[in-house]
Amino acid sequence: MATLPVESQKTAQIRFTLNGEELDVFFSPYKTLLEVLREDLGHTGTKHGCELGECGACAVLLDGKPVLSCLVLALECGGRQVLTVEGLSGDGKLHPLQDAFADLGAAQCGYCTPGILVTAKALLDANPHPDRDQIREALSGNLCRCTGYLQIFEAVEAAMVKIAEKGKEAH
Amino acid sequence: MADQKEPCESRAEDSRSNREHLRVIGVPRRRVDGRAKVTGQTRFADDLFLPRMAHCKLLRSPHPHARILKIDASRALARPGVYLVLTGKDLPIQYGILPVSQDEQALCLDHVRHVGDPVAAVVAREELTAFEALDLIDVDYEILTTIADSEEALATPEPRIHEYGEEGNIHKQVALEFGNVEQGFAEADEIFEDTFFYQGNTHLPIEQHASVAIKDPDGKLTIWSSTQTPHYLHRALAKVLEMPAAHIRVIATPNGGGFGGKSDPFNHEIVVAKAALMLDRPVKICLTREEVFYCHRGRHPVLMKFKTGVKKDGTITGVHLQTLIDGGAYGSYGVASTYYAGALQTTTYHIPRYRYQGCRTFTNKPPCGPKRGHGTPQPRFGQEVQLDKIAEKLQRDPADLRLHIVEMPNTVTANFLRLGTVNLAECIRRLVKVSDWKNKFRKLPEGHGVGLACSAYLTGAGLPIYWNKMPHSGVQLKFDRGGGVTIFCGATEIGQGSDDVLAGIVAEVLGIDPFDIRLFTGDTDLGPVDLGSYSSRVTLMAGNAALQAAERGKTLLAEAVALKLDVPKERLCFADKRVFDSSAPDKGVGFAEAVCLAEARFGTIGTVGSYTPPKSPALYKGGGVGPSPTYSYSAAVVEVEVNPITGWVHVPKVWIAHDIGRALNPTLVRGQVEGSVYMGLGEALMEEQEFRRLPKRLSHALVHKFPSMLEYKSPTSLDMPEVVTELIEDPDPRGPFGAKEVGQGPLLPIMPAVANAVYDAVGVRIDEVPITPEKIMTALAEKKAGRKPRFGPDHFPRVNWPEALRVPPPWEGGDGSAVNDVHREKPRAAKERVLAP
Repeated sequence: MATLPVESQKTAQIRFTLNGEELDVFFSPYKTLLEVLREDLGHTGTKHGCELGECGACAVLLDGKPVLSCLVLALECGGRQVLTVEGLSGDGKLHPLQDAFADLGAAQCGYCTPGILVTAKALLDANPHPDRDQIREALSGNLCRCTGYLQIFEAVEAAMVKIAEKGKEAH
Repeated sequence: MADQKEPCESRAEDSRSNREHLRVIGVPRRRVDGRAKVTGQTRFADDLFLPRMAHCKLLRSPHPHARILKIDASRALARPGVYLVLTGKDLPIQYGILPVSQDEQALCLDHVRHVGDPVAAVVAREELTAFEALDLIDVDYEILTTIADSEEALATPEPRIHEYGEEGNIHKQVALEFGNVEQGFAEADEIFEDTFFYQGNTHLPIEQHASVAIKDPDGKLTIWSSTQTPHYLHRALAKVLEMPAAHIRVIATPNGGGFGGKSDPFNHEIVVAKAALMLDRPVKICLTREEVFYCHRGRHPVLMKFKTGVKKDGTITGVHLQTLIDGGAYGSYGVASTYYAGALQTTTYHIPRYRYQGCRTFTNKPPCGPKRGHGTPQPRFGQEVQLDKIAEKLQRDPADLRLHIVEMPNTVTANFLRLGTVNLAECIRRLVKVSDWKNKFRKLPEGHGVGLACSAYLTGAGLPIYWNKMPHSGVQLKFDRGGGVTIFCGATEIGQGSDDVLAGIVAEVLGIDPFDIRLFTGDTDLGPVDLGSYSSRVTLMAGNAALQAAERGKTLLAEAVALKLDVPKERLCFADKRVFDSSAPDKGVGFAEAVCLAEARFGTIGTVGSYTPPKSPALYKGGGVGPSPTYSYSAAVVEVEVNPITGWVHVPKVWIAHDIGRALNPTLVRGQVEGSVYMGLGEALMEEQEFRRLPKRLSHALVHKFPSMLEYKSPTSLDMPEVVTELIEDPDPRGPFGAKEVGQGPLLPIMPAVANAVYDAVGVRIDEVPITPEKIMTALAEKKAGRKPRFGPDHFPRVNWPEALRVPPPWEGGDGSAVNDVHREKPRAAKERVLAP
């Protein structure tokens, strides 16, 4: 045991809820939520572009709020709810945001997309009818190098309409 | 149903010109890989986690220029968890993207040329172990003089950064003259001389470069990598690893953005391949963001001088362009970049006589290479800003002036580029209308302005990177009894939608749904060669290959179905997943049955298609850079608001017109245009790959000023203006269904349009990119003081130019070759042997 480097020791453990499923994970204590999701739990849908909190690619929802998972220690997440892009769709159906992003060209290379999708979901959860400026503001921490953002704004607006229609049907 | 059964054309020639009968092409739709991207299931290189996988980190030089005297890795090797340390001795063979500049080593043997040059690699069980072990490698360096920019390189021939090149630290010089330019100037009513500087900038893909290599169970090598050019990586690996190419498989994973930055074979790719072979276990590397900045291969900083002669009506009589290009530490694509900086100037307006002199220097900075627009945005900026000055002096509206001088379609230019369709005039006219140009230009209140600029770009490089006569792109199709079709092609998906282009074209020809198609792309084992996602070549070249393969499959199916239905095969229509008689639409079979009929008749159904560009009329040395099957054209109007107190530039709106031939999937086309506008605004206003010296008490090393995404400013969602996109669709017969490129061209007019708009707004010329608030404030202060209201370079240094190759233009009876060319040193056959892997 003496020669096992500290980074190889999975001495930390948390129980938390990932995409609606409660689970235990063992990991090296220095790891970020991003690293534990990708490396220890095989959830590679969440991406990274800097691992310094600059690009927004690693955004996930922690208790419903967008956080940069590269800046959150996994140890802080015990007992909490984490939602990643893998948890967006349900019942075999894409979330309206996912449908709109795919249909309207909001994902080109698709690398910033997971982070933008969950950030947009947090926005629509908190404010079901954001205007264009509120969408711009909400996504201003997520860099996209391909699209020029406009098709992303349009996709969020299209999803907003879909979600509102669904809400009406449900009532 | 009835309206779906209208007669359709079965011949490709007709379907190419008959838009109303197209069911997939031209219809905005979800891209075939859309679902994977929005569910996070697109598997990028760093998303691969393989059993027993080890991790690699590179030790990089902290010095911009030094000799390596000694490397001692014993302490690193002794660290628990470390499997392997590699140094330059393990990978001594040189490589590089261009055959003429094989000047890189995977790990530097004895000479480091920029901060970040790799000198050793550590492979360990954990990434963190590898990272920490880097500190345990002891390297003794002998510091050499740092050469920080092109002018220093000209003035400092010793120490040489490389032992090859023209002389001293000059890497490449180009001198070409098409017609007697001095005579052109003599015929001019006005001569304009301007110097411009275009700062370097970088691609900034959100995905950091990553690679995973394994030794296959049968002893061969497989590497997954974020590369835009799997075929060229394949060749470089075979060379450096001294392995048969047949034993190497390169899989280009979808790139999380490329923009040209993943087009070179990279040291980290070669290192993990070597390590995987030695350790017989998977080895992964993922660069940090800081390393991506030092990997670079981005936009060259270019100082340029334009001398242009014009008649009173704006007709150009001659152009002389000089460029001084800061290449950084390695060749990369630099020789091509040096030619490109002069090649496309002739494609937009008629230039009867043209002289180009270009000089690329080596400096101790990360190597520059191809970024979106490769070599052409810098001179386009100068040309279009100068044209704005010319229009003002001649008291002509800049739009009218340009309309007066636009080049004609299907012409051969002074430097022997054969143009295809040219709809630049239509682009300008459309823009003038939709932007309300005539009521805005020189008419908006102080601080508000509009600027116009134009450009052209290749639809695929006419020549491959290494000399060969083979096709540039190949496609294989497999037809399944269940009605599915599988596409195999080397084309590489970098987000631009290359998979969707292939699927859309095949689906259109065969009358099936794009989602009925499976794609295996970017894999050197599975698909025929496609040269890569660069030079805006995929839509035209891979697209034409796919079109040919699909037409051939259609012919087989039609023959079998015609026999079954007893209908002439010319009357058959492929649409809505059926093959039917166009005169009696009820008479037909399903597509799956058509495949079965064909398989019963001909055996297993598989077809191939390939594409080779037409031969260029440019026969002179250097004429290989610039030719393309056809060129796209763009024009943009940018509106700005300039705050005179802060110099801050706000862009509320951009109008852009793009001559695309035909939009295969308008949703993706719009995305390429808007993405280009976005990236162009970044280059115009904020992005710069800038360097600084560390303090003397430290190492005084030349380091990247801000290798982070926070400080390397790029536009955010808050900065993006409204964009009005006008597509000019005039199908070009050279493109599949008439399509031309859209990935790069629309970026090019943005930077000069911004500069011209700033002048319209506040009356100062910023002859330099990026146009920062500081530069505007400086120029405004000059204006206030009654001096020249301008910010920009005021001199172009003396360069010892070689004698120009003189090529008479077509209208002077030229045949495309130089009249004073020196005899080639090596006969072609010998050259080919040198270039073989």
